Amino acid sequence: MSHDHDGHDHDHDHPHEPIGHDGDPPAAARARALEELLVEKGVITREAVRQGVDWLVSRSPADGSRLVARAWADPEFKERLLSDAREAALEVGLDPGPSPKVVAVENTDDVHHMVVCTLCSCYPRALLGPPPAWYKSLPYRSRAVSEPHAVLAEFGVELDPDVEVHVLDSTADIRYLVIPQRPEGTEGMPEEDLAALVTRDSMIGVARASSPAAAAA
Amino acid sequence: MERGVHDTGGRPTTEPIDRTEHELADWELLTDALVGALGRAGVMNVDELRRGIESMPPADYERASYYERWLFSAETILTEKGVLAPGELEARL
Amino acid sequence: MTLEVGRRVRVSAREHRGHHRTPGYLKGRAGTIQRYQGSFTNPETRAYGDSGLPEQGLYLVRFENGVPIYADIYEHWLEEIG
Repeated sequence: MSHDHDGHDHDHDHPHEPIGHDGDPPAAARARALEELLVEKGVITREAVRQGVDWLVSRSPADGSRLVARAWADPEFKERLLSDAREAALEVGLDPGPSPKVVAVENTDDVHHMVVCTLCSCYPRALLGPPPAWYKSLPYRSRAVSEPHAVLAEFGVELDPDVEVHVLDSTADIRYLVIPQRPEGTEGMPEEDLAALVTRDSMIGVARASSPAAAAA
Repeated sequence: MERGVHDTGGRPTTEPIDRTEHELADWELLTDALVGALGRAGVMNVDELRRGIESMPPADYERASYYERWLFSAETILTEKGVLAPGELEARL
Repeated sequence: MTLEVGRRVRVSAREHRGHHRTPGYLKGRAGTIQRYQGSFTNPETRAYGDSGLPEQGLYLVRFENGVPIYADIYEHWLEEIG
């Protein structure tokens, strides 16, 4: 595509942003410059930043999946998870993250839970990894509390008419984790295999857990 | 009653939810880690981070990506606290 | 003030300029206490460099908004209603 810059005649509309490092937005250079300055000033150390990056990239939905799988397999663990998810995570040797309280809520035949943070993007990152972009988006944050059924339909979730949708808005420092319903046909499955059925979206509440047939496909 | 631009719950919108997955870019991981390090160092806490984000001019807030908001907030709060001198970051670019 | 589970409450509709964690769509709304979540530093003051002490009680409140909505609301935003 050629650009004719005389008089800035464009046949398309885009802002002219300075091309930086590998086509990054300007914010990338600002972030790097900010790190440089703060390290030079002794406000933070480069090592502290590195540790932060390492922690974040180590996070994924796998830990959350393990908690859910154990809850499916062990009803007494499920009660402990529902009672205090932070302690339950620690019990299994997982990092529940810096949030002072993590609460697990259970989907049943009667109730389907969905989690949102309308004010920003609070999310159980230690157990699920960084939130997906859509979770942080303005339309999800707006619509999850005003038209959750429509949002679920967009995500392809069909619920029986007598299932109540309950929406949790993470307005303070408590983080919420959804325990999706255990799929049919999973009796006797080892925990590892159960965990493979527990998707990130099912722990946010915009999907069901995968069925064994679908997961094997 | 006036609501902050960040106070999105129930706001009418026709915008569809874009479900495209995005891996975090290096600079986004860096920004996240910078804010975390500032928190652990006792320089900026999460409530200040949120307050800084909420102070963005509404049009900028809506246009900015998630970590651009974090960066704006960190710069604003750090300048307010005198950790950064006004214009000091610009001079580095 | 300790609000027991099941207590009916209303979220204040007062104007608050500055950082706070009570969403606009719930201001003025009536709800039911579901759970006491514990006490936490006050984000409204901590956001401005204060310690955030004394800690404030936080409650999980259930609202009806077409569907049940649960949100964590600070005690000082809640009024008991008959």
